[in-house]
Amino acid sequence: MALVQLTISALPAHVRTARLMATAVARRAGIAESALDEIRLAVGEACSRAVEAHRAHCPGQPIEIELIDGSDARPPRRGGPTVPAPANGHAAKRFEVVVSDRAPAKEPDADRGAPASLDGAANGVYPGEHTPPGGVSGLSPDVGLAVIIGLADEVSIEPAEDGTVVRMSWPLASPDGQGPQLVG
Amino acid sequence: MDLKLDHYTKDDTEIVVVEGEIDVYTAPRLRELLIDLVNKGNFHLVVNMEKVEFLDSTGLGVLVGGLKRVRAHDGTLDLVCTQERILKIFRITGLTKVFGIYESVQEAIDKRAAK
Repeated sequence: MALVQLTISALPAHVRTARLMATAVARRAGIAESALDEIRLAVGEACSRAVEAHRAHCPGQPIEIELIDGSDARPPRRGGPTVPAPANGHAAKRFEVVVSDRAPAKEPDADRGAPASLDGAANGVYPGEHTPPGGVSGLSPDVGLAVIIGLADEVSIEPAEDGTVVRMSWPLASPDGQGPQLVG
Repeated sequence: MDLKLDHYTKDDTEIVVVEGEIDVYTAPRLRELLIDLVNKGNFHLVVNMEKVEFLDSTGLGVLVGGLKRVRAHDGTLDLVCTQERILKIFRITGLTKVFGIYESVQEAIDKRAAK
């Protein structure tokens, strides 16, 4: 198992840095080229979301990104116990990205994993010329989360008062060559 | 430069050519350009995305914002995009139903004129 950690200031300029690192580690982990675009986009969305949240609440705080290429035991979660690998060996190898921010999670959005309707996303553009709460895009912040959920194989979003943790993961091909795998 | 923007007029339509990555860092520039073009009376826009290498929800939002602005003047904002990896985010969000997406600038102009 390999771990790469990145801490970035909450600056839009470094969302791309995080995308590039995530793509590089994913490629090294053996993620198929066709899936790298999904990872690039999902990680970008998670980091953009975190950056916008920090700019609104705690601009001086950095955002943490963990890139985990692995199988076996997972590293200890922030404040949580180590999760052991399942005994039956189903620890299908996965590539996982964890984006942790320090902005307080909003209520009542905090419990929603996805917007009720994506059709409403386009209608959620805020009127007026000012930069809306959702950032320069003007779309509801839920759209970014919906994109993540649409792209990642598994997603968990854990909002808390001291920040939100977004975990995204994708399966890696098994070493015997089953499933799509791109080496190099 | 992460994002390169250019624009020119063709057949009463303003064509915006975007090259590079549209994300939370670069999207504000595209937003400003679209606002500026509309303020100058350009209500029929075509955004050529063929050289866009990356587009996220921030970029989508800027395009939606542009669409709303031109529609306030009975205008149009259509897209030229044949890259599946860029179209993917439109599909995931359902925005393929919101934008006219064409394979070439000429097709976008012709289709708009035909409506």
